[in-house]
Amino acid sequence: MNSSQQQPDSAKDRYWKQSLHVVYLILGIWAFISLGCGVLFRELLDKIMPNVGHAPFGFWMAQQGAIIGFLILLFIYMVVMNGLDRRHGFGEDDSE
Amino acid sequence: MNQDLWNYLFIGASFGLYILIALRTRAATTKEYYVASGGVSPLTNGMATAADWMSAATFISMAGSIAAGGYDASRFLMGWTGGFVLLTALIVPYLRKFNKFTVTDFLGDRFYSNVARTVGVICAVFICMTYIMGQMRGVGLVFSRLFGIEIWLGVLIGAAIVFFYAGLGGMKGITYTQVAQYCVMVFAYTIPAVFVSMLLTGNVIPQLGLIGDYAPKGANPVPLLEKLNQLNVELGFSSYTDGSFEKIDMFCITAALMCGTAGLPHVIVRFFTVKSVKAVRKSACWTLLFIAVIYLTAPAIGAFSRTNLMDKVDNCKYVEAPEWFTSWEDRGLIAWVDKNNDGIMQLRHGAAFKGKPVYKTEDAGYERKENEPRAITNVLTDNANEVFYESDILVMANPEMAKLPMWVVALVMAGCVAAALSTAAGLLLVLSTSISHDLLKKIVSPNMSDKQEVFSARIASFSFLAIAVYFGINPPSEFVAKTVAFAFGLAASSFFPTILMGIFSKRINREGAIAGMVAGIGLTLGYIVYFQFVADHKNYWFGISPEGIGFLGMLLNFAVAAAVSAVTPPPPQEIVDMVESIRTPQDAGSATH
Repeated sequence: MNSSQQQPDSAKDRYWKQSLHVVYLILGIWAFISLGCGVLFRELLDKIMPNVGHAPFGFWMAQQGAIIGFLILLFIYMVVMNGLDRRHGFGEDDSE
Repeated sequence: MNQDLWNYLFIGASFGLYILIALRTRAATTKEYYVASGGVSPLTNGMATAADWMSAATFISMAGSIAAGGYDASRFLMGWTGGFVLLTALIVPYLRKFNKFTVTDFLGDRFYSNVARTVGVICAVFICMTYIMGQMRGVGLVFSRLFGIEIWLGVLIGAAIVFFYAGLGGMKGITYTQVAQYCVMVFAYTIPAVFVSMLLTGNVIPQLGLIGDYAPKGANPVPLLEKLNQLNVELGFSSYTDGSFEKIDMFCITAALMCGTAGLPHVIVRFFTVKSVKAVRKSACWTLLFIAVIYLTAPAIGAFSRTNLMDKVDNCKYVEAPEWFTSWEDRGLIAWVDKNNDGIMQLRHGAAFKGKPVYKTEDAGYERKENEPRAITNVLTDNANEVFYESDILVMANPEMAKLPMWVVALVMAGCVAAALSTAAGLLLVLSTSISHDLLKKIVSPNMSDKQEVFSARIASFSFLAIAVYFGINPPSEFVAKTVAFAFGLAASSFFPTILMGIFSKRINREGAIAGMVAGIGLTLGYIVYFQFVADHKNYWFGISPEGIGFLGMLLNFAVAAAVSAVTPPPPQEIVDMVESIRTPQDAGSATH
């Protein structure tokens, strides 16, 4: 019923393993820029990092930087995962 | 042309637009009703999801709570945007591949159990019900403030409009109305911000104004945030950029809001409407972009209104108060009591009096003289603060503070209504499908025809709307505000971890998932109910407030599910195959039963 089930298991496993790596990386950066920079290390960053404009760095990360970072992350996720699909033959018809 | 006329014109025109769209997009089949036939473009879905996501509370109150809380309010900013990273990387591409109509479908099938399905239905209904009551209330409030009509009439008008396009048009009707609503909202939110930014900082872009100089006409430029910190500290508040939350509490609340966002059913189902897994990823980028436009503007509005308020109101003679001050005073959202009888308003830390202002009225033989503030009957507190203001007014008062033209004020009002209606519609859809699809079709009577299912969805959405209207008119006092934290806590401790384990583990079985959900919800519910309604002390565990307990509930869910699964038999082979198949994106196809 589903053509992906006829593929050899190893190809699927490789695809899954690599997509997990992508997910871990994305989540690592996600946690660092929001919970890390915006909450855990905020005071430290306020002190040691240069201000963004007139805003202390940690405060700016919490109110603006993290959101901009999320946007960039999602864009990277989309590009990398689409590439991964293509390389493993899981690309969908609207790709090319 | 006066303000009322502009308001009628803008809100009337936007309602006309929504009804027009509804008439063109009536749903006939379950597939149209539940997922808009599964062929919505990523851009359209992104806009619709953004409108769905931004509720009346976000639109009206968020900038106000940033103004009041400064750094503390960052938890909302990060929580309600960061959740989309989790949602996109962990949940929606796989659920789209799974290819069913509802989130509960996944729980029921993956954990091969109608118990899991039923727990899912209960959670979905509870989460959406708490949310939708607030939306209906929001519509009512805007109407009553605008047109001076009774709240119940405003709630009824809003409900009628929502039922018209959500109940009849289903997902198809909702999607295209939400696109229109997003457009109204984004202009309503950003245009006043640009004007205020130019006025206060001379910068056209509010985000740059926030980190720039405070330079109103004729004043020496000083950094805005420094000025704000200095004003805050002088008047006895905590510094704007530092906040007052315990670090661990701030961490847990932010994490609970993020995970909760990724587990909200009305957001997840929106991604079932696009064509493929690839389209899901693209659509998620668009969604966050559209949301970010508003979320990046909110901190600027917050800082501007806070500066404006402290600068214009504190140490100002009442007789010289700006016009907006007295006009909001008339509506009971601002009040001043002259505690030290100097005729000058002092804005300080703490509440000026107990509760919300209750004015002396003419019938009680009281006559208000010209240039005299409205007299209140509340019990005064003994601190130095003399000014009461409701932080919700900051967004609505922004255009007035900046003396913007009347049509801008009308646009903001239309934006508030759009925000409430778009979210209410999305929630209503999840509520009605939980009953018609998950409960009736999948559990009670599997032989139902497609037509009967759509019909029962309409009946269900009508009934839920009736309940929401009732509670919108008679809100159970503080209850709603307190249970909103629970909606996120519940989503974070039930849906999010259980779906996540369902996708990323082949070993988690029926027993584990059910035990995990029950434990997670149990802890979260118990903690919130205990501290919100029973206990009168605040001896929180590790300093974590009820707002952040969903994070611990989630960890408990993971732990219990893993432990119980380890000692019970693994899931059957066909379930393992199913998990295998949703992990690869090929052939997402169109949604089926």
